[in-house]
Amino acid sequence: MTHELIRVEDVGKTYGSVLALREVSTVVNAGEVTCVLGDNGAGKSTLIKILAGVHQHSSGRMLVDGAATTFGSPREALDAGIATVYQDLAVVPLMSVWRNFFLGSEPTVGFGPLRVLDRKKGKAVAKRALAEMGIDLRDVEQPVGTLSGGERQCVAIARAIHFGAKALILDEPTAALGVKQAGVVLRYVAQARDRGLGVVLITHNPHHAYPVGDRFLVLKRGRSLGSAEKAEITLAELTRQMAGGAELEQLAHELGGVDSESGAG
Amino acid sequence: MTTDIQTEPERDERIGRPRVLERLVVRPEIGALIGAIVVFLFFSIVTDQFLTTGGVAVWLDDAATLGIMAVAVSLLMIGGEFDLSAGVMTASTALVTAIFAANVGLNLWVALLLSLLFALAVGLFNGVLVMRTGLPSFIITLGMFLALQGLNLGVTKAVTGTVQVSGVASAPGYESVGFFFASTFELFGTQFRVSILWWIAFTAVAALILVRTKPGNWIFAVGGAAQSARAVGVPLVGTKIALFMTTAFAGWLVGNINVLRFTTVQANQGIGLELQFIIGAVIGGCLLTGGFGSAVGAAVGALIFGMARQGIVFAGWDSDWFMLFLGVMLLAAVLVNNALRRRAERVRR
Repeated sequence: MTHELIRVEDVGKTYGSVLALREVSTVVNAGEVTCVLGDNGAGKSTLIKILAGVHQHSSGRMLVDGAATTFGSPREALDAGIATVYQDLAVVPLMSVWRNFFLGSEPTVGFGPLRVLDRKKGKAVAKRALAEMGIDLRDVEQPVGTLSGGERQCVAIARAIHFGAKALILDEPTAALGVKQAGVVLRYVAQARDRGLGVVLITHNPHHAYPVGDRFLVLKRGRSLGSAEKAEITLAELTRQMAGGAELEQLAHELGGVDSESGAG
Repeated sequence: MTTDIQTEPERDERIGRPRVLERLVVRPEIGALIGAIVVFLFFSIVTDQFLTTGGVAVWLDDAATLGIMAVAVSLLMIGGEFDLSAGVMTASTALVTAIFAANVGLNLWVALLLSLLFALAVGLFNGVLVMRTGLPSFIITLGMFLALQGLNLGVTKAVTGTVQVSGVASAPGYESVGFFFASTFELFGTQFRVSILWWIAFTAVAALILVRTKPGNWIFAVGGAAQSARAVGVPLVGTKIALFMTTAFAGWLVGNINVLRFTTVQANQGIGLELQFIIGAVIGGCLLTGGFGSAVGAAVGALIFGMARQGIVFAGWDSDWFMLFLGVMLLAAVLVNNALRRRAERVRR
């Protein structure tokens, strides 16, 4: 019933003698959110760079629409319908919303050297596409810099959807945001999912991942701690895995010890 | 702009009245326009000669060659780069034309073509070096500036034995080439320099490209956030190299307007002009950090330059006052630009 967009099987990546990622497997289905969780250096970035075509995997298989694939460049991934929204590289702040929306794929009218931007169409399409995502902007001529952090991410998400992405990779979209803004972004992630896109959400915050996620892949030091369906895992268990489980308990024990000592002193 | 707003079918009720005034305030060239009007009115009142057709022809001509360069430099600055070799470039291109025409004896059209190839090659070299090394264009083009300065003097001395090249007027093809680059046209009974037409045409084309075309969009993007632009498929390297080559092309145009008018080139001319081009662009609303600015603004910035420089002459004052004026204008412009950028970049969290 669900359409499988991307499947990775035992994918690994080495940079010289450094094993950045090994034997990671998961799937991205249309209309579902696959969350990739992990602490800094866990291999999250390496995994999404393989999916986005920035790097190529050195072992295992990546299946896109059922066919084994290796992307040579980000452009190839984009052409295959896999769009990536990077946290800090989403938009150009000084440019207007509609110019950002169409950046790199501007609509034009006229022929040859006399082609000019179709500004009317650009503004109308950008406004409509954003409205469909539930982002109601007063004026698409305003610079993106005047938008909130959450809204900026959403402009980038709406852009990816508009230009025909089937799978959407979001790199830490909530990392730099406050609680409220993070909520706004998560709502748009759910929007994208409900419109039939397969979403890969990278985050280190299980509280952001759990409400929208259908599947959770936890990475640690380049290895997979397993890919679990939502039905198979609780938020508490996810948080425990993320934080390193036993290590955290040990830490809590030590801190508890410090606390009581200082209390006594 | 106003008609644009009114013809839009679904207007958001929260916009309220068409915000003409607010729109105007965030336009980068608005400061320069106000400055130009003030300078114009001031010298029109203070001096008798300023507002005569003869006077207008003088300050327009002064602004023209500076304006062509300021517009090209503004595109480059919006794209996030500098070119300190732009001033010396106007001398180098003139020297190449003059040496090939007067000393080698080629037809001036051929000399012009060789000079153009030279300019484009230098622009390409600047661009490729900046993009390949990732070093600031400031330092790369500073090197180019010094290298060209040395080359200008060294080659000129080696070829002519002096520090100037003359005799362009007797080269074959001077009549026809001169018509395009150094002739005059009559308007209201006064002779105006053809350089003014080049300035207007260059500004119009640059402004059109900047705000109405795909490459124009890319210029703003690569200057505003290079890596974001690259991530959505903007040809970052190509856009920036094209900008360096455009600046070099403008240097070729201005250099040849000069050499054909004066028929003589000093090997050391053009030094220091690069800062005037940058100042013109900044007065016109360009940010030093890139991503924001206007071609029309840069042309107006050059106009302020020309009006003030010649106005001070008309008023019979010491020309030293021009530098004071320039400094004040530059500081005022930078403050205004900074405020505009804050306004545009203001983040709501």
